[in-house]
Amino acid sequence: MSVVLQSFPLLLQGLILTLEITAGGAVLALVLAFLAGLAGTARSRILRAVSRVYVEFFRGSSALVLMFWFFFALPLIGFRFEAVAAAIIALGLNVGAYGGEVVRGAILSIPPAQYEATIALNMSPALRMRRVILPQAWASMLPPFGNLLIELLKATAVAALITINELTFVGQQQRAATGESLPIYTTVLFMYFVVAQVLIFGMRRLELRTARSLGRAPAARRGRRPALAGVGDGGGSGGVG
Amino acid sequence: MATETGPVAAPGKGGDGDASKIIRFEKVVKRFGDNVVLRELDFDVSPGERVALIGPSGSGKTTILRLLMTLEKLNGGVIWVSGDPLSHMRKGDQLVTADEKHLRQVRQTIGMVFQQFNLFPNMNVLRNVTEAPIHVKGVARDEAETKARDLLNLVDLGDKYDAHPSQLSGGQQQRVAIARALAMEPKILLLDEVTSALDPELVAGVLDVLREIANTTDITMLFVTHEMRFARDVSHRVLMFDQGQIVESGPPDQIFSNPQEQRTRDFLHAIIEER
Repeated sequence: MSVVLQSFPLLLQGLILTLEITAGGAVLALVLAFLAGLAGTARSRILRAVSRVYVEFFRGSSALVLMFWFFFALPLIGFRFEAVAAAIIALGLNVGAYGGEVVRGAILSIPPAQYEATIALNMSPALRMRRVILPQAWASMLPPFGNLLIELLKATAVAALITINELTFVGQQQRAATGESLPIYTTVLFMYFVVAQVLIFGMRRLELRTARSLGRAPAARRGRRPALAGVGDGGGSGGVG
Repeated sequence: MATETGPVAAPGKGGDGDASKIIRFEKVVKRFGDNVVLRELDFDVSPGERVALIGPSGSGKTTILRLLMTLEKLNGGVIWVSGDPLSHMRKGDQLVTADEKHLRQVRQTIGMVFQQFNLFPNMNVLRNVTEAPIHVKGVARDEAETKARDLLNLVDLGDKYDAHPSQLSGGQQQRVAIARALAMEPKILLLDEVTSALDPELVAGVLDVLREIANTTDITMLFVTHEMRFARDVSHRVLMFDQGQIVESGPPDQIFSNPQEQRTRDFLHAIIEER
Protein backbone atom coordinates (compact mmCIF):
# COMPACT_ATOMS: atom_id res chain seq x y z
CA MET A 1 0.00 0.00 0.00
CA SER A 2 2.81 2.38 0.86
CA VAL A 3 4.26 1.72 -2.59
CA VAL A 4 1.11 3.06 -4.14
CA LEU A 5 1.12 6.11 -1.89
CA GLN A 6 4.73 6.81 -2.82
CA SER A 7 4.15 6.41 -6.52
CA PHE A 8 0.80 8.13 -6.56
CA PRO A 9 1.96 11.72 -7.19
CA LEU A 10 4.08 10.54 -10.13
CA LEU A 11 1.26 8.41 -11.50
CA LEU A 12 -1.02 11.42 -11.17
CA GLN A 13 1.41 13.48 -13.24
CA GLY A 14 1.40 10.73 -15.82
CA LEU A 15 -2.36 10.77 -15.78
CA ILE A 16 -2.41 14.50 -16.45
CA LEU A 17 -0.27 14.02 -19.53
CA THR A 18 -2.56 11.17 -20.60
CA LEU A 19 -5.51 13.54 -20.28
CA GLU A 20 -3.69 16.20 -22.28
CA ILE A 21 -2.97 13.80 -25.12
CA THR A 22 -6.56 12.54 -24.98
CA ALA A 23 -7.93 16.08 -25.11
CA GLY A 24 -5.60 17.16 -27.91
CA GLY A 25 -6.31 14.02 -29.89
CA ALA A 26 -10.05 14.42 -29.35
CA VAL A 27 -10.09 18.02 -30.59
CA LEU A 28 -8.05 17.14 -33.66
CA ALA A 29 -10.16 14.02 -34.29
CA LEU A 30 -13.39 15.99 -33.96
CA VAL A 31 -12.28 18.60 -36.47
CA LEU A 32 -11.05 15.94 -38.90
CA ALA A 33 -14.21 13.87 -38.41
CA PHE A 34 -16.42 16.81 -39.39
CA LEU A 35 -14.21 17.73 -42.35
CA ALA A 36 -14.14 14.13 -43.56
CA GLY A 37 -17.85 13.57 -42.88
CA LEU A 38 -18.95 16.77 -44.63
CA ALA A 39 -16.63 16.13 -47.57
CA GLY A 40 -17.91 12.56 -47.67
CA THR A 41 -21.47 13.77 -48.23
CA ALA A 42 -20.56 16.67 -50.54
CA ARG A 43 -21.88 16.88 -54.05
CA SER A 44 -18.36 17.30 -55.44
CA ARG A 45 -16.86 14.02 -56.48
CA ILE A 46 -13.36 15.31 -55.74
CA LEU A 47 -14.24 16.16 -52.14
CA ARG A 48 -15.82 12.77 -51.67
CA ALA A 49 -12.73 11.09 -53.06
CA VAL A 50 -10.42 13.06 -50.77
CA SER A 51 -12.57 12.12 -47.80
CA ARG A 52 -12.58 8.47 -48.86
CA VAL A 53 -8.80 8.34 -49.18
CA TYR A 54 -8.29 9.98 -45.79
CA VAL A 55 -10.77 7.72 -44.02
CA GLU A 56 -9.57 4.48 -45.58
CA PHE A 57 -5.90 5.28 -45.16
CA PHE A 58 -5.98 6.30 -41.54
CA ARG A 59 -8.63 3.81 -40.51
CA GLY A 60 -6.49 1.11 -42.03
CA SER A 61 -3.18 2.15 -40.52
CA SER A 62 -1.99 1.39 -37.02
CA ALA A 63 -1.97 4.33 -34.62
CA LEU A 64 1.22 3.00 -33.11
CA VAL A 65 3.07 2.79 -36.41
CA LEU A 66 1.75 6.20 -37.34
CA MET A 67 3.15 7.60 -34.11
CA PHE A 68 6.54 5.99 -34.78
CA TRP A 69 6.44 7.42 -38.24
CA PHE A 70 5.80 10.96 -37.02
CA PHE A 71 8.35 10.69 -34.22
CA PHE A 72 11.16 8.64 -35.74
CA ALA A 73 10.73 8.76 -39.53
CA LEU A 74 9.68 12.31 -40.31
CA PRO A 75 12.68 13.89 -38.55
CA LEU A 76 14.87 12.05 -41.08
CA ILE A 77 13.41 14.22 -43.82
CA GLY A 78 13.58 17.34 -41.75
CA PHE A 79 10.24 17.51 -39.90
CA ARG A 80 10.77 17.28 -36.19
CA PHE A 81 7.85 16.88 -33.81
CA GLU A 82 7.70 17.03 -30.06
CA ALA A 83 6.81 13.55 -28.79
CA VAL A 84 3.47 14.77 -27.41
CA ALA A 85 2.63 16.50 -30.69
CA ALA A 86 3.48 13.33 -32.62
CA ALA A 87 1.20 11.34 -30.33
CA ILE A 88 -1.68 13.82 -30.66
CA ILE A 89 -1.38 14.00 -34.44
CA ALA A 90 -1.14 10.24 -34.89
CA LEU A 91 -4.09 9.50 -32.60
CA GLY A 92 -6.14 12.42 -33.95
CA LEU A 93 -5.68 11.27 -37.55
CA ASN A 94 -6.57 7.71 -36.65
CA VAL A 95 -9.65 8.42 -34.52
CA GLY A 96 -10.70 11.23 -36.87
CA ALA A 97 -10.96 8.71 -39.69
CA TYR A 98 -13.39 6.59 -37.68
CA GLY A 99 -15.22 9.75 -36.64
CA GLY A 100 -15.54 10.81 -40.27
CA GLU A 101 -17.62 7.72 -40.94
CA VAL A 102 -19.76 8.49 -37.90
CA VAL A 103 -20.43 12.02 -39.15
CA ARG A 104 -21.14 10.85 -42.68
CA GLY A 105 -23.53 8.16 -41.49
CA ALA A 106 -25.33 10.56 -39.18
CA ILE A 107 -25.83 13.11 -41.95
CA LEU A 108 -27.15 10.42 -44.28
CA SER A 109 -29.58 9.24 -41.61
CA ILE A 110 -31.52 12.52 -41.69
CA PRO A 111 -34.76 11.87 -43.62
CA PRO A 112 -34.99 13.34 -47.14
CA ALA A 113 -38.15 15.14 -46.01
CA GLN A 114 -35.99 17.47 -43.93
CA TYR A 115 -33.94 18.37 -47.00
CA GLU A 116 -37.12 18.99 -48.94
CA ALA A 117 -38.45 21.30 -46.25
CA THR A 118 -35.27 23.38 -46.47
CA ILE A 119 -35.56 23.58 -50.25
CA ALA A 120 -39.16 24.73 -49.92
CA LEU A 121 -37.85 27.51 -47.65
CA ASN A 122 -35.16 28.35 -50.19
CA MET A 123 -32.27 27.68 -47.84
CA SER A 124 -28.78 27.48 -49.28
CA PRO A 125 -26.99 24.13 -48.92
CA ALA A 126 -24.61 25.64 -46.34
CA LEU A 127 -27.43 27.07 -44.25
CA ARG A 128 -29.35 23.81 -44.46
CA MET A 129 -26.36 21.85 -43.22
CA ARG A 130 -25.53 24.28 -40.41
CA ARG A 131 -28.99 25.00 -39.06
CA VAL A 132 -31.05 21.92 -39.85
CA ILE A 133 -29.08 18.80 -40.76
CA LEU A 134 -26.07 18.91 -38.43
CA PRO A 135 -28.01 19.83 -35.28
CA GLN A 136 -30.19 16.78 -35.86
CA ALA A 137 -27.34 14.52 -36.97
CA TRP A 138 -25.38 15.53 -33.85
CA ALA A 139 -27.76 13.48 -31.73
CA SER A 140 -26.92 10.26 -33.53
CA MET A 141 -23.20 11.08 -33.61
CA LEU A 142 -22.88 11.28 -29.83
CA PRO A 143 -23.10 7.60 -28.81
CA PRO A 144 -20.43 6.46 -31.30
CA PHE A 145 -18.36 9.53 -30.46
CA GLY A 146 -18.48 8.41 -26.83
CA ASN A 147 -17.06 5.04 -27.82
CA LEU A 148 -14.32 6.65 -29.87
CA LEU A 149 -13.39 8.93 -26.99
CA ILE A 150 -12.89 5.94 -24.70
CA GLU A 151 -10.90 4.16 -27.40
CA LEU A 152 -8.77 7.26 -27.74
CA LEU A 153 -8.13 7.45 -24.01
CA LYS A 154 -6.94 3.86 -23.94
CA ALA A 155 -4.91 4.25 -27.12
CA THR A 156 -2.83 7.02 -25.52
CA ALA A 157 -1.04 4.22 -23.65
CA VAL A 158 0.98 3.49 -26.79
CA ALA A 159 2.54 6.96 -26.42
CA ALA A 160 4.68 5.32 -23.74
CA LEU A 161 6.62 3.78 -26.62
CA ILE A 162 7.86 7.13 -27.86
CA THR A 163 9.19 8.11 -24.42
CA ILE A 164 6.23 10.21 -23.33
CA ASN A 165 5.87 9.86 -19.58
CA GLU A 166 2.14 9.47 -19.61
CA LEU A 167 0.30 7.18 -17.19
CA THR A 168 1.36 3.82 -18.63
CA PHE A 169 4.96 4.93 -19.01
CA VAL A 170 5.11 6.19 -15.42
CA GLY A 171 3.50 2.95 -14.30
CA GLN A 172 6.26 0.94 -16.01
CA GLN A 173 8.91 3.16 -14.48
CA GLN A 174 7.48 2.79 -10.99
CA ARG A 175 7.17 -0.94 -11.36
CA ALA A 176 10.80 -1.16 -12.44
CA ALA A 177 11.88 1.08 -9.57
CA THR A 178 9.85 -0.71 -6.89
CA GLY A 179 9.37 -4.21 -8.26
CA GLU A 180 5.76 -4.04 -7.06
CA SER A 181 3.87 -4.99 -10.20
CA LEU A 182 0.52 -5.80 -8.65
CA PRO A 183 -0.24 -2.60 -6.71
CA ILE A 184 1.23 -0.31 -9.38
CA TYR A 185 -0.56 -1.84 -12.37
CA THR A 186 -3.78 -2.17 -10.39
CA THR A 187 -3.64 1.53 -9.60
CA VAL A 188 -2.94 2.36 -13.24
CA LEU A 189 -5.83 0.20 -14.40
CA PHE A 190 -8.11 1.86 -11.89
CA MET A 191 -7.06 5.32 -12.99
CA TYR A 192 -7.92 4.60 -16.64
CA PHE A 193 -11.21 3.15 -15.49
CA VAL A 194 -12.16 6.17 -13.41
CA VAL A 195 -11.33 8.60 -16.20
CA ALA A 196 -13.31 6.49 -18.66
CA GLN A 197 -16.30 6.54 -16.30
CA VAL A 198 -16.12 10.32 -16.04
CA LEU A 199 -15.98 10.63 -19.83
CA ILE A 200 -18.90 8.23 -20.26
CA PHE A 201 -20.92 10.17 -17.71
CA GLY A 202 -20.21 13.43 -19.52
CA MET A 203 -21.17 11.97 -22.89
CA ARG A 204 -24.41 10.55 -21.46
CA ARG A 205 -25.34 13.98 -20.14
CA LEU A 206 -24.63 15.49 -23.53
CA GLU A 207 -26.70 12.79 -25.25
CA LEU A 208 -29.63 13.41 -22.96
CA ARG A 209 -29.48 17.15 -23.41
CA THR A 210 -29.30 16.82 -27.16
CA ALA A 211 -32.15 14.31 -27.27
CA ARG A 212 -34.26 16.67 -25.23
CA SER A 213 -33.49 19.61 -27.51
CA LEU A 214 -34.84 17.50 -30.38
CA GLY A 215 -37.96 16.70 -28.40
CA ARG A 216 -37.07 13.06 -28.01
CA ALA A 217 -37.93 11.21 -24.87
CA PRO A 218 -34.87 10.78 -22.67
CA ALA A 219 -34.77 7.08 -23.43
CA ALA A 220 -31.00 6.73 -23.39
CA ARG A 221 -30.91 6.17 -19.68
CA ARG A 222 -32.60 2.81 -19.24
CA GLY A 223 -30.55 1.16 -21.92
CA ARG A 224 -33.25 1.80 -24.49
CA ARG A 225 -31.86 3.27 -27.63
CA PRO A 226 -33.07 6.75 -28.49
CA ALA A 227 -35.16 6.68 -31.64
CA LEU A 228 -33.10 7.85 -34.57
CA ALA A 229 -35.98 9.35 -36.49
CA GLY A 230 -37.44 12.00 -34.23
CA VAL A 231 -41.06 12.15 -33.32
CA GLY A 232 -41.90 15.30 -35.18
CA ASP A 233 -39.80 15.16 -38.26
CA GLY A 234 -42.04 13.15 -40.51
CA GLY A 235 -41.20 10.26 -42.70
CA GLY A 236 -41.47 9.72 -46.41
CA SER A 237 -41.60 12.35 -49.03
CA GLY A 238 -44.97 11.79 -50.55
CA GLY A 239 -44.09 9.93 -53.72
CA VAL A 240 -45.97 10.28 -56.92
CA GLY A 241 -49.44 11.02 -55.62
CA MET B 1 -34.75 13.98 -54.36
CA ALA B 2 -33.93 15.08 -57.87
CA THR B 3 -33.52 11.92 -59.79
CA GLU B 4 -32.13 12.55 -63.19
CA THR B 5 -30.98 15.43 -65.29
CA GLY B 6 -33.27 15.28 -68.22
CA PRO B 7 -32.35 16.24 -71.73
CA VAL B 8 -32.56 19.98 -72.01
CA ALA B 9 -35.87 20.79 -73.53
CA ALA B 10 -35.97 22.75 -76.71
CA PRO B 11 -38.85 25.14 -76.15
CA GLY B 12 -41.12 26.22 -78.95
CA LYS B 13 -39.78 29.73 -79.09
CA GLY B 14 -36.70 31.15 -77.44
CA GLY B 15 -38.40 31.56 -74.10
CA ASP B 16 -41.81 33.10 -74.25
CA GLY B 17 -42.94 33.05 -70.66
CA ASP B 18 -46.40 34.53 -70.80
CA ALA B 19 -46.21 36.78 -67.74
CA SER B 20 -49.99 37.02 -67.42
CA LYS B 21 -49.90 33.42 -66.26
CA ILE B 22 -48.13 32.86 -62.98
CA ILE B 23 -47.59 29.17 -63.74
CA ARG B 24 -47.39 27.54 -67.12
CA PHE B 25 -46.59 23.92 -67.88
CA GLU B 26 -45.48 23.40 -71.46
CA LYS B 27 -45.31 19.80 -72.67
CA VAL B 28 -43.91 18.72 -69.31
CA VAL B 29 -42.67 15.15 -69.13
CA LYS B 30 -41.66 13.40 -65.95
CA ARG B 31 -40.53 9.82 -65.71
CA PHE B 32 -39.42 7.70 -62.81
CA GLY B 33 -37.44 5.02 -64.55
CA ASP B 34 -39.78 3.43 -67.08
CA ASN B 35 -42.82 4.83 -65.37
CA VAL B 36 -44.07 7.92 -67.20
CA VAL B 37 -45.77 10.02 -64.56
CA LEU B 38 -46.52 13.12 -66.63
CA ARG B 39 -46.85 12.91 -70.37
CA GLU B 40 -46.52 16.21 -72.23
CA LEU B 41 -48.64 18.01 -69.71
CA ASP B 42 -49.89 21.50 -70.60
CA PHE B 43 -51.76 23.75 -68.23
CA ASP B 44 -51.55 27.21 -66.76
CA VAL B 45 -52.63 29.09 -63.69
CA SER B 46 -53.52 32.77 -63.39
CA PRO B 47 -52.24 34.94 -60.56
CA GLY B 48 -54.45 34.60 -57.49
CA GLU B 49 -56.16 31.52 -58.85
CA ARG B 50 -56.79 28.58 -56.56
CA VAL B 51 -56.57 25.25 -58.32
CA ALA B 52 -57.49 21.88 -56.87
CA LEU B 53 -55.74 18.84 -58.30
CA ILE B 54 -57.78 15.70 -57.84
CA GLY B 55 -57.51 12.20 -59.18
CA PRO B 56 -56.52 8.68 -58.23
CA SER B 57 -53.18 8.14 -56.52
CA GLY B 58 -50.35 7.68 -58.95
CA SER B 59 -51.95 10.08 -61.42
CA GLY B 60 -49.10 12.59 -61.08
CA LYS B 61 -50.72 15.28 -58.94
CA THR B 62 -48.06 15.38 -56.26
CA THR B 63 -45.36 15.25 -58.91
CA ILE B 64 -46.68 18.52 -60.32
CA LEU B 65 -46.22 20.21 -56.97
CA ARG B 66 -42.80 18.64 -56.47
CA LEU B 67 -41.67 19.82 -59.90
CA LEU B 68 -42.83 23.34 -59.08
CA MET B 69 -40.93 23.25 -55.79
CA THR B 70 -37.84 22.04 -57.72
CA LEU B 71 -37.76 18.86 -55.63
CA GLU B 72 -37.77 16.87 -58.85
CA LYS B 73 -36.16 17.49 -62.20
CA LEU B 74 -38.28 17.32 -65.30
CA ASN B 75 -37.43 15.08 -68.22
CA GLY B 76 -38.92 17.23 -70.92
CA GLY B 77 -40.78 20.44 -71.56
CA VAL B 78 -40.57 23.71 -69.66
CA ILE B 79 -42.26 25.07 -66.57
CA TRP B 80 -42.68 28.85 -66.48
CA VAL B 81 -43.24 30.79 -63.28
CA SER B 82 -44.14 34.45 -63.71
CA GLY B 83 -42.70 34.30 -67.19
CA ASP B 84 -39.36 32.85 -66.11
CA PRO B 85 -38.31 29.29 -66.83
CA LEU B 86 -38.23 27.37 -63.55
CA SER B 87 -35.66 24.66 -63.95
CA HIS B 88 -34.03 26.15 -66.99
CA MET B 89 -32.25 29.43 -67.51
CA ARG B 90 -31.77 31.51 -70.57
CA LYS B 91 -28.44 31.35 -72.31
CA GLY B 92 -28.56 33.39 -75.48
CA ASP B 93 -31.84 32.31 -77.02
CA GLN B 94 -31.56 28.79 -75.65
CA LEU B 95 -32.70 27.29 -72.42
CA VAL B 96 -30.19 25.29 -70.42
CA THR B 97 -30.56 23.41 -67.15
CA ALA B 98 -30.68 25.85 -64.27
CA ASP B 99 -27.89 26.12 -61.75
CA GLU B 100 -28.33 26.41 -57.99
CA LYS B 101 -28.27 30.21 -58.16
CA HIS B 102 -31.12 30.33 -60.64
CA LEU B 103 -33.12 27.79 -58.65
CA ARG B 104 -32.75 29.85 -55.50
CA GLN B 105 -33.90 32.90 -57.42
CA VAL B 106 -37.08 31.30 -58.77
CA ARG B 107 -37.88 29.45 -55.54
CA GLN B 108 -38.30 32.75 -53.71
CA THR B 109 -41.89 33.10 -54.82
CA ILE B 110 -42.96 29.54 -54.06
CA GLY B 111 -43.82 27.91 -50.77
CA MET B 112 -44.93 24.39 -49.98
CA VAL B 113 -46.71 22.54 -47.20
CA PHE B 114 -46.09 18.81 -47.04
CA GLN B 115 -48.25 15.87 -46.17
CA GLN B 116 -45.95 14.97 -43.26
CA PHE B 117 -45.42 18.57 -42.04
CA ASN B 118 -41.62 18.24 -42.04
CA LEU B 119 -41.07 20.69 -39.22
CA PHE B 120 -37.51 21.02 -37.94
CA PRO B 121 -37.31 19.00 -34.71
CA ASN B 122 -34.25 20.92 -33.54
CA MET B 123 -36.23 24.17 -33.26
CA ASN B 124 -39.22 25.32 -31.30
CA VAL B 125 -42.36 26.51 -33.05
CA LEU B 126 -41.36 30.16 -33.27
CA ARG B 127 -37.92 29.36 -34.64
CA ASN B 128 -39.39 27.00 -37.20
CA VAL B 129 -41.30 29.98 -38.53
CA THR B 130 -38.58 32.64 -38.22
CA GLU B 131 -35.62 30.57 -39.38
CA ALA B 132 -35.93 31.11 -43.12
CA PRO B 133 -37.06 34.77 -43.03
CA ILE B 134 -34.06 35.64 -40.85
CA HIS B 135 -31.40 33.51 -42.48
CA VAL B 136 -32.61 33.33 -46.07
CA LYS B 137 -34.28 36.70 -46.59
CA GLY B 138 -32.23 38.63 -44.05
CA VAL B 139 -35.23 39.98 -42.16
CA ALA B 140 -34.33 41.50 -38.77
CA ARG B 141 -35.01 39.12 -35.90
CA ASP B 142 -37.52 41.41 -34.15
CA GLU B 143 -39.45 41.93 -37.29
CA ALA B 144 -39.42 38.23 -38.17
CA GLU B 145 -40.63 37.28 -34.70
CA THR B 146 -43.44 39.81 -34.75
CA LYS B 147 -44.56 38.52 -38.10
CA ALA B 148 -44.24 34.91 -36.95
CA ARG B 149 -46.39 35.61 -33.90
CA ASP B 150 -49.04 37.18 -36.14
CA LEU B 151 -48.99 34.13 -38.39
CA LEU B 152 -49.11 31.72 -35.47
CA ASN B 153 -52.10 33.63 -34.12
CA LEU B 154 -53.68 33.37 -37.55
CA VAL B 155 -53.33 29.59 -37.48
CA ASP B 156 -54.68 29.57 -33.94
CA LEU B 157 -51.45 28.63 -32.19
CA GLY B 158 -50.91 31.87 -30.32
CA ASP B 159 -50.06 29.96 -27.15
CA LYS B 160 -47.53 27.57 -28.65
CA TYR B 161 -44.59 29.80 -29.62
CA ASP B 162 -42.19 28.02 -27.30
CA ALA B 163 -43.55 24.54 -27.75
CA HIS B 164 -41.50 21.86 -29.36
CA PRO B 165 -42.92 20.28 -32.55
CA SER B 166 -43.05 16.89 -30.85
CA GLN B 167 -45.37 18.33 -28.18
CA LEU B 168 -47.96 19.25 -30.79
CA SER B 169 -50.69 17.21 -32.40
CA GLY B 170 -50.47 16.50 -36.11
CA GLY B 171 -53.01 19.18 -36.84
CA GLN B 172 -51.08 21.73 -34.82
CA GLN B 173 -47.83 20.74 -36.51
CA GLN B 174 -49.43 21.17 -39.88
CA ARG B 175 -50.68 24.62 -38.93
CA VAL B 176 -47.16 25.57 -37.88
CA ALA B 177 -45.97 24.32 -41.27
CA ILE B 178 -48.54 26.55 -42.96
CA ALA B 179 -47.37 29.55 -40.91
CA ARG B 180 -43.78 28.67 -41.76
CA ALA B 181 -44.51 28.64 -45.47
CA LEU B 182 -46.46 31.92 -45.30
CA ALA B 183 -43.66 33.63 -43.38
CA MET B 184 -41.64 33.61 -46.59
CA GLU B 185 -44.43 35.58 -48.30
CA PRO B 186 -44.76 33.29 -51.29
CA LYS B 187 -46.83 34.28 -54.29
CA ILE B 188 -47.58 30.63 -54.91
CA LEU B 189 -48.48 28.18 -52.17
CA LEU B 190 -48.36 24.45 -52.89
CA LEU B 191 -50.33 22.18 -50.59
CA ASP B 192 -49.60 18.49 -50.92
CA GLU B 193 -52.37 16.42 -49.31
CA VAL B 194 -51.91 18.46 -46.18
CA THR B 195 -54.64 16.70 -44.23
CA SER B 196 -53.96 13.12 -45.34
CA ALA B 197 -51.69 12.31 -42.42
CA LEU B 198 -54.06 13.72 -39.82
CA ASP B 199 -56.54 12.03 -37.55
CA PRO B 200 -60.06 12.81 -38.78
CA GLU B 201 -60.89 15.12 -35.89
CA LEU B 202 -57.87 17.33 -36.67
CA VAL B 203 -58.63 17.87 -40.34
CA ALA B 204 -61.21 20.60 -39.88
CA GLY B 205 -58.85 22.89 -37.97
CA VAL B 206 -56.30 22.80 -40.76
CA LEU B 207 -58.87 23.28 -43.50
CA ASP B 208 -60.40 26.23 -41.63
CA VAL B 209 -57.00 27.91 -41.56
CA LEU B 210 -56.56 27.34 -45.27
CA ARG B 211 -60.05 28.68 -45.99
CA GLU B 212 -59.19 31.79 -44.07
CA ILE B 213 -55.96 32.25 -46.00
CA ALA B 214 -57.83 31.72 -49.25
CA ASN B 215 -60.42 34.31 -48.28
CA THR B 216 -58.05 36.95 -46.98
CA THR B 217 -55.07 36.79 -49.34
CA ASP B 218 -54.50 36.70 -53.06
CA ILE B 219 -51.90 33.94 -52.92
CA THR B 220 -52.06 31.58 -55.84
CA MET B 221 -52.78 28.14 -54.46
CA LEU B 222 -52.34 24.72 -55.96
CA PHE B 223 -53.55 21.93 -53.79
CA VAL B 224 -53.63 18.21 -54.10
CA THR B 225 -56.43 16.95 -51.94
CA HIS B 226 -58.90 14.21 -51.28
CA GLU B 227 -61.13 16.59 -49.34
CA MET B 228 -63.71 17.18 -52.03
CA ARG B 229 -65.82 19.58 -50.04
CA PHE B 230 -62.78 21.71 -49.33
CA ALA B 231 -61.82 21.64 -53.00
CA ARG B 232 -65.33 22.68 -53.91
CA ASP B 233 -65.44 25.53 -51.38
CA VAL B 234 -62.05 27.02 -51.97
CA SER B 235 -60.96 26.40 -55.53
CA HIS B 236 -61.68 28.46 -58.62
CA ARG B 237 -60.89 25.54 -60.82
CA VAL B 238 -60.56 21.79 -60.46
CA LEU B 239 -58.22 19.66 -62.54
CA MET B 240 -59.04 15.98 -62.66
CA PHE B 241 -55.93 13.90 -63.36
CA ASP B 242 -55.53 10.37 -64.50
CA GLN B 243 -52.36 8.67 -65.73
CA GLY B 244 -50.35 11.85 -65.98
CA GLN B 245 -52.85 13.80 -67.99
CA ILE B 246 -55.70 16.17 -67.31
CA VAL B 247 -58.93 14.29 -67.92
CA GLU B 248 -61.25 17.12 -67.13
CA SER B 249 -60.94 20.72 -66.05
CA GLY B 250 -63.55 23.18 -64.94
CA PRO B 251 -65.11 25.20 -62.15
CA PRO B 252 -65.83 23.14 -59.03
CA ASP B 253 -69.59 23.28 -59.48
CA GLN B 254 -69.33 21.69 -62.86
CA ILE B 255 -66.78 19.05 -61.89
CA PHE B 256 -68.57 17.98 -58.74
CA SER B 257 -72.19 18.36 -59.84
CA ASN B 258 -72.02 17.59 -63.48
CA PRO B 259 -68.79 15.87 -64.49
CA GLN B 260 -68.48 15.29 -68.20
CA GLU B 261 -66.01 12.44 -68.18
CA GLN B 262 -66.69 8.91 -67.09
CA ARG B 263 -63.35 8.69 -65.31
CA THR B 264 -64.18 11.76 -63.23
CA ARG B 265 -67.54 10.27 -62.32
CA ASP B 266 -65.92 6.99 -61.35
CA PHE B 267 -63.30 8.72 -59.25
CA LEU B 268 -65.78 10.94 -57.42
CA HIS B 269 -68.04 8.00 -56.87
CA ALA B 270 -65.18 5.98 -55.39
CA ILE B 271 -64.21 8.85 -53.09
CA ILE B 272 -67.74 9.20 -51.79
CA GLU B 273 -68.00 5.46 -51.24
CA GLU B 274 -64.81 5.60 -49.25
CA ARG B 275 -66.11 8.21 -46.80
